[in-house]
Amino acid sequence: MIMATLALALMGVLLGAALGVAARYFAVADGNPLFKEVEQMLPGGNCGQCGVPGCGAAAVGMVEGTLPVTCCPPGGIGLAEKLASVLGVTLEAGEMEAPKLARVEASECIGCTRCYKACPTDAIVGATGQLHCVLLDACTGCGKCVDACPEDCIELVAQDPSLDNWRWSKPQAA
Amino acid sequence: MSSPSIAAGPFAHDRSSVDRIMLQVCLALAPATFFGLVLFGWPAINLFIVTCGSAIAIEAACLHLMNQPMSRLLDGSALLTGWLLAISLPPWAPWWIGVGGSLFAIGIGKQLYGGIGQNIFNPAMLARVALLIAFPLQMTTWALPAPLFTSGAPGFIEGLHITFGGMPLTDAMVGATALGGLKTEMTLNRTAEEVLNQSFSFWPAFFGSTPGSMGETSELLLLAGGIWLVLRKIIHWEIPVTMLGSVFLMGVIAQQVNPQAYPGGFYHLASGGLILGAFFIATDPVTSPISRTGRIIFGLSCGVLVYLIRTWGNFPEAVAFAVLFMNSLTPLIDRYWRPRAYGRNSSGKPLVAAKWTSQVKEVDKV
Amino acid sequence: MFNFVRRIQGGVHPDARKDLSANPEITYLPLPKRLYLPLRQHAGAEAMPLVKVGDKVLKGQLLAASPSEVSAPIHAPTSGVIVEIGPILAPHPSGLSVTGIVLESDGEDRWIELDAPADPFALSAQVLAERVAQAGVVGLGGAIFPAAVKLKQGAKHEIKTVIINGSECEPYLTTDDRIMRERAADIVDGARLVQHILRAYSIVIAIEDNKPEAIEAMKAASAHYGAIEVMAIPALYPMGSAKQLIFEVTGREVPAGGRSTDVGVLVHNVGTVYAIQQALRYGRPLISRVMTVSGACVKNPSNVEVLIGTPAREAIEFCGGLTSTPAQLMLGGPMMGSVIPSLDIPVIKGATGLLALEQNELPRKEVAPCIRCSRCVDACPMGLAPLEMALFARVDDLDQASTAGLRDCILCGCCSYVCPAHIPLVHYFQYAKGKQDERRTTERKNSYIKQQTEARAARVAAEEAAKAAAKAAKKAATAKPKQEV
Repeated sequence: MIMATLALALMGVLLGAALGVAARYFAVADGNPLFKEVEQMLPGGNCGQCGVPGCGAAAVGMVEGTLPVTCCPPGGIGLAEKLASVLGVTLEAGEMEAPKLARVEASECIGCTRCYKACPTDAIVGATGQLHCVLLDACTGCGKCVDACPEDCIELVAQDPSLDNWRWSKPQAA
Repeated sequence: MSSPSIAAGPFAHDRSSVDRIMLQVCLALAPATFFGLVLFGWPAINLFIVTCGSAIAIEAACLHLMNQPMSRLLDGSALLTGWLLAISLPPWAPWWIGVGGSLFAIGIGKQLYGGIGQNIFNPAMLARVALLIAFPLQMTTWALPAPLFTSGAPGFIEGLHITFGGMPLTDAMVGATALGGLKTEMTLNRTAEEVLNQSFSFWPAFFGSTPGSMGETSELLLLAGGIWLVLRKIIHWEIPVTMLGSVFLMGVIAQQVNPQAYPGGFYHLASGGLILGAFFIATDPVTSPISRTGRIIFGLSCGVLVYLIRTWGNFPEAVAFAVLFMNSLTPLIDRYWRPRAYGRNSSGKPLVAAKWTSQVKEVDKV
Repeated sequence: MFNFVRRIQGGVHPDARKDLSANPEITYLPLPKRLYLPLRQHAGAEAMPLVKVGDKVLKGQLLAASPSEVSAPIHAPTSGVIVEIGPILAPHPSGLSVTGIVLESDGEDRWIELDAPADPFALSAQVLAERVAQAGVVGLGGAIFPAAVKLKQGAKHEIKTVIINGSECEPYLTTDDRIMRERAADIVDGARLVQHILRAYSIVIAIEDNKPEAIEAMKAASAHYGAIEVMAIPALYPMGSAKQLIFEVTGREVPAGGRSTDVGVLVHNVGTVYAIQQALRYGRPLISRVMTVSGACVKNPSNVEVLIGTPAREAIEFCGGLTSTPAQLMLGGPMMGSVIPSLDIPVIKGATGLLALEQNELPRKEVAPCIRCSRCVDACPMGLAPLEMALFARVDDLDQASTAGLRDCILCGCCSYVCPAHIPLVHYFQYAKGKQDERRTTERKNSYIKQQTEARAARVAAEEAAKAAAKAAKKAATAKPKQEV
């Protein structure tokens, strides 16, 4: 009786110690390593179009499954596909709409510089009292400038089709 | 940004089409088939019509069920499948063999996989094998040739009886095929040489006046049709040449080694459905590899398998089994034996640029 | 010696229909009233306009300059007034507009003073290549790649052979045929200039054997020069594609992802060589080109020398107009040319032909399922498996499509040409290539945005730090006097 109790107690102590040691030495760093990986893949503009503040939060949401992989308009379908393969979710082949980008209405801009200070990607250029202009190559369409503009002269617009973004459509299937 | 209605080039075409390909294959089969129909008389004609007709009817039903355009019926693939099946059946088989075969070929062999172009196995051969396993008696009852309008040949009414009425065939009407005969005789401890000297001669077998399936007896006409197809570039030469070549070669070698046990190369070429299989069945584009190397491997393997099964297998006839087996390997062959792309080596890595071309001439470094 | 015939793999023999337009001599289109000059008629960056509305310009005057190396300037095709700089209908299947300059001719056709060197062979390769760049010469075989960029390769690579491409394998087109027959001496002179610039060892003028007159003319013109060989090559589409031509002529394969220079070869089209010669001998910029106007709907098919910017309609009218409503209008050949939305598009530098095709010249449209007949595999000059590429493109599996061969595809159209099921294979490849392109663009933009964001974060942090430092310094400055008191 005593032997059995002792043996069990000893086993409990040893195993408990082993667990404690393992917890110390094989500790998993804070958070899921996937968070970091996914965050690296995201555009990093912290534009908030996915509905959560910042790409870091979006990465967490995507890994945990609360956000769909298609929630990032700047990343487009290419990013969605990569995310789907990393996260092991299926993605129906399809289209994602191109993000709408900011446009400054030239006649109304007073050159207040507020929009370009608000822009997280430095996509607006201008100077005090001068007309501001959006660099489409850097604009993510986050809309922060729209909120910052006191004159309501910035709006998000879909890009006009041009020879640069025109693509062949998929042939009608046989 | 895109507009769906704009078509990309090229705006030129060689005017080929799927229905024309199928039609030309049928045309190439026509002489041998006609010969077979005459040779085996009214029961064969009945069976041929029933098989082809039911194949087309079943195709139509499947297209309807699968909501596919009825115009697909006109591509001729169902007719060809029915045709190939019909001419590989024993000519005096009852009607339900033909109808059941068509049902299996079109319904299960082709449409179940998704229709034309999607099947893994040759539908006609799949049906033939299924019939052979399910109805061995009917599938191995070989009528002796009784050409139309000769004495002893069944008349039209008698023909209807044979095909539709289940009239039993008397022993006088049936015989053995060369392959089946040899197999049986050799189990009776006779040597191959002996049997063949007695019962097999090359030329009649080659011209086709021997028992066998409806359309496979005349090797000569099949060969002519097949060569015509090769010349018309409807089929590739690689599969028939390698398949026939390997069977012939193995036959010749085996006979040299032991003529008592093994028949020769010509015997193999002229018997069974080898020519039919090599030119019309193994070359089915849907179920054969797409690259030249792939086709050569496919043809060689088919030939080797035919020989192995004929010689050591349980069934006397082997073409259907060999082709089906290789059909199943076709995706694998396609994966590993791709054509070599320009500018790449055979494993797909880019060729290496010559070193000397990129040396910068010092004089021009400004 | 042992010069066995090395044949390119695959290829097709489309109905050439060159007899329609091969016989009449090149004629000159009368001066059009208005010329429409798109700012991008070449591969690379759009040219920057240097003129404004209302400016009077002379023939040959620079209208738009090239902003970067891979680009080409645009010159005034005739003298006149700039009436508009804005959107004009693009010679592109989409029917979209491009920015362009509209020039109204004054009818005088007065040249600007041209600067022509006395002896171009006395000038250095760099200077000559730069002159070609200034003349706005691009590949006139349809590739529209700036010619000077290729010429400058001579400084970086050892070029053994310059191949002058006179194969013209596209059906209907006969421009190269005609200019080789009529301007052989100039082309040979141009070829020698190109050889001089590239310091190549030899010149091979490759012409398909269905153009015996052109071969004769070129042989006669090049007879008294060494190191020029006129080679008759078999008529087979796509023999005019650089990779296939290089293999046919030299027996070498350009490595995948590499350039012609990797095998010591450069290919120039005969039309380009003629334009280079005009630029170097006479200082003339590229302001006109010879174009085939053909097709069953054209009354008098022939080759016409047109000013760049001429509306396509005027070229057709000059050739007798249309006999019936065309089922398809095309710029370039029927195999690789592009559909155009209407005859209002201008003729651009890369327009090899203008075709108005009847319905019976076009392929059938109904598509059947693939029966894996592998005719496309046999026809592919690049040794690819088009049926597999289309299969992957159809399910948007771009990576698989790429490894199945899309990365090597030259979009020559041989596969579609032979497909008995009439599957729009090239359309699938165009689609997949477009998708890949779109993905690359987004990726590039995203990495740029990432950079911008990081740069901004760093800048904001630096500003904060500077502010804090300034504050601390101020605090220290205000604190010090207190201590002193």
